[in-house]
Amino acid sequence: MKLHKILMTAGLLLATTAALATPATDELFAKYKSAGAAGFDAARGDKAWHKESKGEEGQTMSCSTCHGQDLGKEGKHHKTNKVIAPMAPSANKERLTDVKKIEKWFKRNCNDVLARECTAQEKGDYLKFLLGK
Amino acid sequence: MRTNIKAALLAAALLMSSGPALAEGNFWLWLVNFSRQKEVQAVDNKVWKEECGSCHFAYQPGLLPGKSWVKLLDEKALADHFGEDASLDKETLKEVSDYAMANAAENSMYKRSRKIALATADGEVPLRITEVRYIKRKHHDIPEKMVKGNKDVKSQAYCNACHTKAEEGIFDEDTVDIPNFPDRD
Repeated sequence: MKLHKILMTAGLLLATTAALATPATDELFAKYKSAGAAGFDAARGDKAWHKESKGEEGQTMSCSTCHGQDLGKEGKHHKTNKVIAPMAPSANKERLTDVKKIEKWFKRNCNDVLARECTAQEKGDYLKFLLGK
Repeated sequence: MRTNIKAALLAAALLMSSGPALAEGNFWLWLVNFSRQKEVQAVDNKVWKEECGSCHFAYQPGLLPGKSWVKLLDEKALADHFGEDASLDKETLKEVSDYAMANAAENSMYKRSRKIALATADGEVPLRITEVRYIKRKHHDIPEKMVKGNKDVKSQAYCNACHTKAEEGIFDEDTVDIPNFPDRD
């Protein structure tokens, strides 16, 4: 019985940590490094994710404005109210598995929230942060 | 027998007269097309559904004339799409634009789309579906409290807030259900 429990917890732990990288993020980390980024840091990504800044239309917003406070839950687009699937790979296994999709949304959302494109360093940090979720 | 031949000749003449002239040509094609339908063609393109539908209701191409789609689905225009960056890569943009043009209001065999095309004046290029004359006319008697002042609707832009079959391209009155106003028929 005890062994059973230990195995279960070990299994769960494995399942929750398995998302720490995907082939897509590996590819992007390599790309960002070759674009001049150094190491990537989840804590820095976390901070940037929650930082409020003046968006394209002058309003104050952060990534959480649309993605919500709990990344394991659904978010909501601030204008269209469209439901956004959870960002956390642990809650949504399709997240961070498609290079094209990731880059597409980085381009759009950085422009909308920061009124500029993100640097390779920033994008890598965001990915590191999200992978741990 | 004679009348049959006459009818056949007439049909043939009608078909021939369709020619390349756009509006009239499409009308005759529409008339003899047995698959013509009442409503608006539902979206049957995966890329369109994904790209447009990830941020808002995936409006059917048949809700706007082609000239509107040309303006909306331009690389620069999409970078500032009603205040949002909706940029697409070249390949995806081409697929989305091609789909829009092939199914734009004036190219559709669906009746409601044809009405949208006909109601749009020559020099007019509506960029919002809520600005399309035909659609404005259809909504003119709906009080503001049911749309703007209704917390579960907010704007006519959210078609599917009231049109329960909007995704299927069906917009007739019988399928309308205005949240918080159950008694309106």
